[in-house]
Amino acid sequence: MTVTLLRRLYFALVALFLAAPLLVVLGVSVNEKQDLSFPPKGFSLSWYGQIFLDPAWRSALVASVLLALAAAALAVAIALPLAWFLWRRIAPWANVFQALGLAPFILPPVITALGFLSFWATAGFYGQAWTAAISHAIFFVTLPLVTLSLGFASIDRSLVEAAATMGADDRIVLRTVVLPLILPYMVSGYAFAFVLSLNEYIIAYMTVGFTMETLPIKIFNALRYGYTPTMAAVSVFFVAVAALVFGLIAWFGDIRRLLGAMGSEKS
Amino acid sequence: MRREPPRSLADYAPLVFPALMLTVFFVVPFSIMIAVSFFRRDPAGFYTPDFVVDNYARFLSSFFGGVLGFSLMLAVLVAACCVAIAFPFTFLLIRCSRRVQTVWLVGLLSVLSLSEVIIGFAWSTLFSRTAGITNLLVAVGLMDAPQALLPGFGAVLTGMVYQALPYTVLVLYPALVRLDPTLLEAARTLGASPLRAFFNVVVPALRNTIVATLIMVFVFALGSYLLPQILGRPQHWTLSVLITDQAIYQSNMPFAAAMAVFLVLISLALVGLTLMVGRRESAA
Repeated sequence: MTVTLLRRLYFALVALFLAAPLLVVLGVSVNEKQDLSFPPKGFSLSWYGQIFLDPAWRSALVASVLLALAAAALAVAIALPLAWFLWRRIAPWANVFQALGLAPFILPPVITALGFLSFWATAGFYGQAWTAAISHAIFFVTLPLVTLSLGFASIDRSLVEAAATMGADDRIVLRTVVLPLILPYMVSGYAFAFVLSLNEYIIAYMTVGFTMETLPIKIFNALRYGYTPTMAAVSVFFVAVAALVFGLIAWFGDIRRLLGAMGSEKS
Repeated sequence: MRREPPRSLADYAPLVFPALMLTVFFVVPFSIMIAVSFFRRDPAGFYTPDFVVDNYARFLSSFFGGVLGFSLMLAVLVAACCVAIAFPFTFLLIRCSRRVQTVWLVGLLSVLSLSEVIIGFAWSTLFSRTAGITNLLVAVGLMDAPQALLPGFGAVLTGMVYQALPYTVLVLYPALVRLDPTLLEAARTLGASPLRAFFNVVVPALRNTIVATLIMVFVFALGSYLLPQILGRPQHWTLSVLITDQAIYQSNMPFAAAMAVFLVLISLALVGLTLMVGRRESAA
């Protein structure tokens, strides 16, 4: 009895801590006048309109979404053949590439960002929009690599065996058995990479920060000139997109399994 | 179709694109960065090729020692706070229904994916005088006038714990799910209170997991590059902030690269330590 009560209280405290800054930002974003007061004075959704109507904010939004779409696609394109090879073949040295795929995510992001800055500056492409897409794809390749590895590990090998016995070669097995089975993992890998790329600041800043503004860069630049309700509206927008995407993954897939709760299907 | 070693050259074909991309765009940039750390600064451009160790010699200054000491201390504090909050939380979470777990995981992932820019903005609003939490305290009569709670060390620590807490829960989650539930049942049957069972059975059983998580969160916190800048004063800047500052605003790429190499070495040593701890756990 008291245990349940204590647990509820503890959960409520953690939830409050995680939600508090977002609630304040939500409150600030509906202020009627251009000031940041909380509780908000008046009510207006015009700051949300600003994201789409103001040319500067809109171009930042478009840049961010295009960047995230391209980067996530490239990340999956790198991760898929690698994960497939690691699953299909016994080649211990190929694990080196798996480690390379995981490294950018474990190391502090500043390091990867600085690596890209020196690389693109040396190669002479510094500031081009596509360099940011490649940089993000490499930085976030970890996510599809992890979800796809999980997906391949979940394939019942006897299914593949059966297809092979019936005369299917590697290509047919891949298209008719393997790809349909790992499609959900591919989609979630893409979605993870997309959301994180949308939110990423330091790598985008160090690669294209002086030629292109993504939403996080735009918010950071705007921070220096004072706070506006539009920034709060954009932040709320970000939280909503992330919650929507992860909510969809949870709705259609098993997010607990994706996050490592393997073998808990019984519960 | 069993796993088999590649027999012909064609079997390696799927590996070509990923290997090429990862080598050209990760290994090469990394190597260039290491090379740049030995170059000389060129105020007009990025750098001039050379071989000097000046960039590393600057580590020996007391200013750098102070920044390094502060960065490590802050990361240790963040890791300790996060694990202290997240461990009991995750332990309770895996006992909830599937539905509750799913809702929490979606929420945690959403917060985790938030840009540091947004986290910094949100907390600086919450701690500000005009829109901050103190306005609520004034409204209920606990305070006389609203006041700003930043910039300051408390604000930096709070922001970084906020950033790292979802990460900590998600790192602990798989380990706690695998914990044998009969351990706890046995303790309870033998008459231990829930709290006693938690501290005397669960915590010791997951000792290595806790240590590994502390190190992971420590490395994660070391990477925070904006929060100390937005929520703190210059004396609260960490190594990551300093690297960004040197690379972008002071245009001193070689020094920034040297600091980054140093940060890589610290992080790699700690990740290696985590792997060793993890191996001992699976061996035991």
